[in-house]
Amino acid sequence: MTTSPPKIPGTTLFDGVQARKGYALNKMCFSFNSAENRAEFLKDEEGYMRKYGLNAEQAAAIRSRQVLALLAAGGNVYYLAKFAGIFGLDVQDIGAQQTGMTKPEFQAKLHAAAGR
Amino acid sequence: MAKLIGGLGTSHIPAIGGAIHKGLQQDPYWKPFFDGFPPAQRWLARAKPDVVVLFYNDHGLNFFLDKMPTFAVGAAPVYNNADEGWGIPTLPPFRGDQDLSWHVINTLIDNSFDVTTCQEMLVDHAITMPLKLFWPEGDCPVAIVPVCINTVQFPLPSAARVYAMGKAVGEAIKSWDSDKKVAVIGSGGLSHQLDGERAGFINKEFDTQFLDSLVSNPEWATQFSIHELVEKTGTQGIELLMWLAMRAALTAASPSVRKVHGNYYIPISNTATGLIVLEAA
Repeated sequence: MTTSPPKIPGTTLFDGVQARKGYALNKMCFSFNSAENRAEFLKDEEGYMRKYGLNAEQAAAIRSRQVLALLAAGGNVYYLAKFAGIFGLDVQDIGAQQTGMTKPEFQAKLHAAAGR
Repeated sequence: MAKLIGGLGTSHIPAIGGAIHKGLQQDPYWKPFFDGFPPAQRWLARAKPDVVVLFYNDHGLNFFLDKMPTFAVGAAPVYNNADEGWGIPTLPPFRGDQDLSWHVINTLIDNSFDVTTCQEMLVDHAITMPLKLFWPEGDCPVAIVPVCINTVQFPLPSAARVYAMGKAVGEAIKSWDSDKKVAVIGSGGLSHQLDGERAGFINKEFDTQFLDSLVSNPEWATQFSIHELVEKTGTQGIELLMWLAMRAALTAASPSVRKVHGNYYIPISNTATGLIVLEAA
């Protein structure tokens, strides 16, 4: 057995546990590479989620549009980004949402990392 | 034999595609990023590689969790770009070089890197953006060999393993029976994190050390575990593995490299962006 290194705060590594848990959710988000599928989802969200077999936690997370809830439900950010894209959200929008900041506050945090 | 002339590292960000499409290169937000590229473009115009081997990570365009290779090498005659879900304009197909692809595959497997081989492979912004940044005008003049390294699903290959793989790719290029000139590109990073409460994490100090190490101490980053690298650079900062593979490949060409150009700027999107041009000395 390998021992796990200490958890990195505010970070969930997308490992085998998450990959198993989030498979249906990620598979649905992967389908959003196609414009046709994005349109189908927007037309009937509930039907689309049923088609991909999302569980109750995953469906609630999709309805909530909350990235932290989607991650907790096993979502992987590379696929979730395609879901966020449907609503025109960029990575600064989802960064702000996850850190409880406004977008300008989040942008200021990024600029602070540059030391200016 | 083929000649390995040098290597380039650059960040790849989906929004770059939109900025190019809209002609925003001189917009105040984008200018510090795009202004880094002309010296790299000039070096490439002089050095004129025929083929580039691109180390990159797929973002859920070609690979899904149903089949997730750790290392995958493209062996296609043509690589198509496609919709990634965000409405970035899709670029025309890129030419492959199947002779070099198979020489790399054969060499890697001979060296115990048991790669996945792909005769069809969609390429996402991690391939298309570097090519468009380095050759902004007209059709892309080089053929490509994509080498995909998994950064989507843990466990990821260790930095030391990626370094060794990159070195083997460099040896393959050097032993390729061809008169072509080849460059290597690392596409990804630098420090950034998109997901979790730690989103927006950037580590300028580490990035600076890493960029310096690429010039004179290429194995420096291999001392860290993947977990340590995620802690120091963020969940997506781990894409620096692409740069490490690129630099390792150059060790096959020459004992040292000359830094032609570099740029570093925070932030584009929520990424610390970097650029480096290294010439085989």
